[in-house]
Amino acid sequence: MSGTVVVRRLGGGVLVLWLVSLLTFALIQLLPGDAAEVIAGENASAADVERIRHELGFDQPVVEQYFRWLGHVLTGDFGTSLSSGRSVTDLIFEAAPATLSLTLVAILIALVLGVTAGLIAAVRQGGWIDRAITSLATLGIALPSFWVLMLLLLPFAVLNRWLPATGYAPISEGFGTWLSHIILPATALGLASAAELARHARGSATDVLARPYIRTAQARGAGGSWLIRKHVVRNSAIPVITVLGLHVGRLLGGSIVIESVAGIAGLGSLAIQAILQRDYVTIQGYVLFSAVIVVVANLVVDLLYGWINPKVRV
Amino acid sequence: MTSAVATVPVTRRDRSTVVRTLLRRPSFVVAFGFLLLLLVLAVTAPLVAPFDPHAQTLADRLQGPSGQHLLGTDDLGRDVLSRLIYAARLALLAPLISVGVAVVLGVPAGLWAGLRGGWVDSITGRLSDTLLSLPGLAFALAVVAVLGPGLVNAMVAMGIVFAPSLFRVVRGAALDVAEESYIESARAIGCSTRRTIWVHVLPNIAAPVLVQTTILMGVALLAEASLSFLGLGVQPPDSSWGSMLEIAYQNQFKAPYGVLPAGTALVLTVLAFNTIGDSIRDVVARRRS
Repeated sequence: MSGTVVVRRLGGGVLVLWLVSLLTFALIQLLPGDAAEVIAGENASAADVERIRHELGFDQPVVEQYFRWLGHVLTGDFGTSLSSGRSVTDLIFEAAPATLSLTLVAILIALVLGVTAGLIAAVRQGGWIDRAITSLATLGIALPSFWVLMLLLLPFAVLNRWLPATGYAPISEGFGTWLSHIILPATALGLASAAELARHARGSATDVLARPYIRTAQARGAGGSWLIRKHVVRNSAIPVITVLGLHVGRLLGGSIVIESVAGIAGLGSLAIQAILQRDYVTIQGYVLFSAVIVVVANLVVDLLYGWINPKVRV
Repeated sequence: MTSAVATVPVTRRDRSTVVRTLLRRPSFVVAFGFLLLLLVLAVTAPLVAPFDPHAQTLADRLQGPSGQHLLGTDDLGRDVLSRLIYAARLALLAPLISVGVAVVLGVPAGLWAGLRGGWVDSITGRLSDTLLSLPGLAFALAVVAVLGPGLVNAMVAMGIVFAPSLFRVVRGAALDVAEESYIESARAIGCSTRRTIWVHVLPNIAAPVLVQTTILMGVALLAEASLSFLGLGVQPPDSSWGSMLEIAYQNQFKAPYGVLPAGTALVLTVLAFNTIGDSIRDVVARRRS
């Protein structure tokens, strides 16, 4: 991918993030009634309301408020949590590792499971394996991830105690401990994406397998796993990667519910807590941070795209 | 989310053949029949539900299936089957709200962007990219945080989240249709823009829009279930399959299989929506090729 394309993509990402910042900022402005009064709560005294109005800068013109807020955000300061009085940046960085572990492992599971199943289905096109995989994929897309987690917990953590039912252990406590906590939630989270990736992988691999150069390779005597590795995987990876990029946001959203079922103190739990406590500053930080992750993930996808498909390297 | 490309003007006869082809597909008939059954159950809930969904019998808490309670009882001794039937109302209503909002926002914007092009296209495209870069559920949560928990708020928020995906489909289809020679001909003979859209463009993008809205119905139902599970969607005493799952989950160690009924209902309904969407896509794509 040439430099200009990278710059244009970066520019697009920055533009999107700026629009997201407007949207998140508007969030507090859109609070019904007087924002300071809403935030202070029903039992607050007039002095409290005034203090909050001043602290959050509501007594300034909106444009000024926005640029001051944006300036803080750009220097990594998401403000102070209204409920705990702690720095939102700290809260986010404490919660992020759990959510990122969960999402990354889910992506890994989705990729490995989805692409393998899709390729097998494409190679065995029309056979019973293909039909089984296609049906399972259709079912998989319809499964709510949090219900899948409950079903997975049933044999592994409820009826037996093979794996912990709730909680998260950082990887510093040992890979095995970390994995035993994360594996069920990540599987549940990644399953629907795996199913969708399987469909796309099957579709694109079927297309690739029907192309003349595959027949040429077969005529040359190439076959089996070599052919698949050399030609099919790489060429059918492109649509799959695009789909994966679209799934990052969905997985981050899905992790909110998964974290709640699995009792993981990640970003999702932070957001839920903030909503229940009407902690708007933390919510703003959460939405903005999530958007940054999605934009960065899509940039990475774009770059991968160019690396896998030389045709895009203009 | 690739849209079927319209290359020929759609006629009324085409539409009736599509319907006939659909009715010959067993998967479509089963899925459609299931949704119809669900609709009937939802409408006639007071007649068909064996119990009052709110009637508590504390002595009969967390029972397994029995002759009296076919799907058992929940933590307050309420009949799960009756609650399941009543919640079917929300399972159909909630997705309709979201998808309705998404259609109202996404379809006109997509038409405008696709047919007009230029700066309109760039601006709406950027807006849609922005919404797509927000984790959907997170955005819905933020809106719920501002407007307060509740089913309608949550579903309107999800509708805004879904609008970009419809926008993209409509824009793509409109872009394809706009280049067709029959559109040019229609304009050449003095057809007004409004008439061109109604008579020539809309019928030709109906199929991809129908496919996308059907699939969004399933996604919206899952989102509703997630939000209600988190306590941010439907509020007690009303219940949805999502909030029923939350109750079942809280009691999972006492009644491990309580998570099955509501979850199964949810999966079957989403599956039905997806099957219908997939069938329409298949049939239309096959006719075009």
